Amino acid sequence: MAERLDRAQGLGGNRAGARRRLGGALWRRPRLKGASLLSPPVLAFVLVYVAALVALFVSSLWTVDSFTGLTIHSWTLDNFRELWHGAAYHTVAVRTILIAAAVTVTDAIIAFPFAYFMARLAGPRLRAVLFVLVLLPLWASYLARVYAWQLILNSDGLLNWSLGKLGLPAANLAYTNTAMWIVFSYIWLPFMILPVYAALERIPHSYIEASRDLGAKSGRTLRSVILPLALPGIVAGSIFTFSLTLGDYITPVLVGGTSSQFIGNVVYDSVNGAGNLPFGAAFAVVPVLVMGAYLLVARRLGAFEAL
Amino acid sequence: MTKRMWALVAILAVGLAFPAAGVTKSSGGTLNMIAWEGYTQAQWVKPFEKSTGCTVHAKYAGSSDEMVTLMRSGGGSQYDMVSASGDASLRLIYGKDVQAIDPTKIPDFKNFGKTFQSPPNNTVGGKHYGISLQWGPNTLLYNTKKVSPAPTSWAAIYSPKYKGKVTVPDNPIQIADAALYLMKTQPSLGIKDPYELNSTQFNATINLLKKQKPLIKKYWATAGQEISDFKNGNVVIGASWPYQTNTLVADKAPVKDLVPKEGATGWLDTWMVSSHTKNLDCAMKWLSWISTPKVQAQQAIFFGETPVNSKACAIMDKLSKGSCAQYHANAPLKYFKQIHFWKTPIADCGNGQKNCMDYTKWQSAWTALKG
Repeated sequence: MAERLDRAQGLGGNRAGARRRLGGALWRRPRLKGASLLSPPVLAFVLVYVAALVALFVSSLWTVDSFTGLTIHSWTLDNFRELWHGAAYHTVAVRTILIAAAVTVTDAIIAFPFAYFMARLAGPRLRAVLFVLVLLPLWASYLARVYAWQLILNSDGLLNWSLGKLGLPAANLAYTNTAMWIVFSYIWLPFMILPVYAALERIPHSYIEASRDLGAKSGRTLRSVILPLALPGIVAGSIFTFSLTLGDYITPVLVGGTSSQFIGNVVYDSVNGAGNLPFGAAFAVVPVLVMGAYLLVARRLGAFEAL
Repeated sequence: MTKRMWALVAILAVGLAFPAAGVTKSSGGTLNMIAWEGYTQAQWVKPFEKSTGCTVHAKYAGSSDEMVTLMRSGGGSQYDMVSASGDASLRLIYGKDVQAIDPTKIPDFKNFGKTFQSPPNNTVGGKHYGISLQWGPNTLLYNTKKVSPAPTSWAAIYSPKYKGKVTVPDNPIQIADAALYLMKTQPSLGIKDPYELNSTQFNATINLLKKQKPLIKKYWATAGQEISDFKNGNVVIGASWPYQTNTLVADKAPVKDLVPKEGATGWLDTWMVSSHTKNLDCAMKWLSWISTPKVQAQQAIFFGETPVNSKACAIMDKLSKGSCAQYHANAPLKYFKQIHFWKTPIADCGNGQKNCMDYTKWQSAWTALKG
């Protein structure tokens, strides 16, 4: 063996030797090995992701000449001042955050029993079927699913038709904020179910048995054992549902009503409409800050251990 | 001569012959255009490319605002031409994004309706920044089964009778529709032109729109959205284009449209040439081609709008019977008096005063209105 290695070294010459020395050096210094392994992805991350964020922030400090449409590259906080003083922008930001929160809570409430059944009660075959059912909507285009909801909620759509058959008054849901809430909750539900399922599945059965042995009824076991252990999963799912809703701008156009603008719509209008990229960038900083705060809270609740 | 020399002569001969053939074929170049979808159909682009050797590359834009943004992207040298509507054209002219051209070089220019030779949305200070193309009115569309008596006035979309069943376009230029209504119904405001509003007139208009908002089901974003809303009963009345009416009528939906007694706003599109184009020759050839009666008629019928060339009428009727009258291509001058064509609101009121609300103000007011 040693002889063969030596011969190989002899044949390969200096290059193989250098490679071996490098390997040895890395083996002796694990930190160096870690750094050299991590640096390409970290570099890509910094260049693509952080640089984009920095560019966004920098351009939010510029303005646009309303007459010629050219960007004026001088530093000013005018865009943020306009955001701060414009009542309409407050309404839009608050609406976006509230609907994102409502969607998150709704999804958590729907996802928990579903994920619990999948993780702890269903047999392996039924579980596989349920998995497919949860993921099935993700195979269809996002737009197709929103349009499907339009068909349901329209004046003479499926919902009102069913209500009419039951002798109930028609629900006027087309183009309302309620419609947005329903559609968002439906669209992002799989992103809540999966992490909650993962968290619930990891709870050892012995914990639940121990709780029962100590005399806890099922309600108490749920409150004191299962929920606290599932919480990181719920929080992880909420990061998806909250951030995905926060950044959306298509659903408000398609199913929202006359007062349904999201932050994304105002950004879209100011970039594509007014050609005012700096103002759009300034408004886009708002969801970045909101998500930053949200992630800090989520980290304290242990969400990242469940991802 | 040696063999080698014969070969050389042969190569030279071939070399001389081919470029000569090539020159007649492609004197042209490439025209990069920004257009409304449907404005560069193969039906009339292919024959143009064949006869001139100029190649057309079109990019469709979704809104006037997007057209302005695209024309300015990359220092303005990316696109040679744009089919700008009236709410974009002045922005491009004052932004120096487009150049003045000589209309006498366009053979069909003399056949244009008088209204369309020097309209204020593409002619500034006697200079023609492009030539008019096609136009259409913004009409009042209603469901004949649900709306009775038949409306005659824009008041129908400002009165609570059809609350929750009204739709209007999601576009800042829609402010002009409300201003036009006030111009006729509240003469004390002194509105002379729905696109030139001082702050008092502007605020009165925005107030009218704020009162209208609770009546509205949806500010429509695309023509397709309005069509499906009329079909499925979400709305019964609203501001529209003839295109929607034609599509709905073709689908046997019970709808009708009209230009109400107050008149209407309208769009008038202009082919404009970039200030930075390197293909002025091809661009001028395109302007000539697109204004010929046949192409004018083809485009009018394809898109459902009205040609500016008065000679297109006969060809339209040949292509689709009765289409000339249907699109008012033969309308008398007084018909145009009631159409107020889109133009970009600018600070200059046209009366020497500079206190009018410019388009930026219109845009932020529209965003605030939607809230």
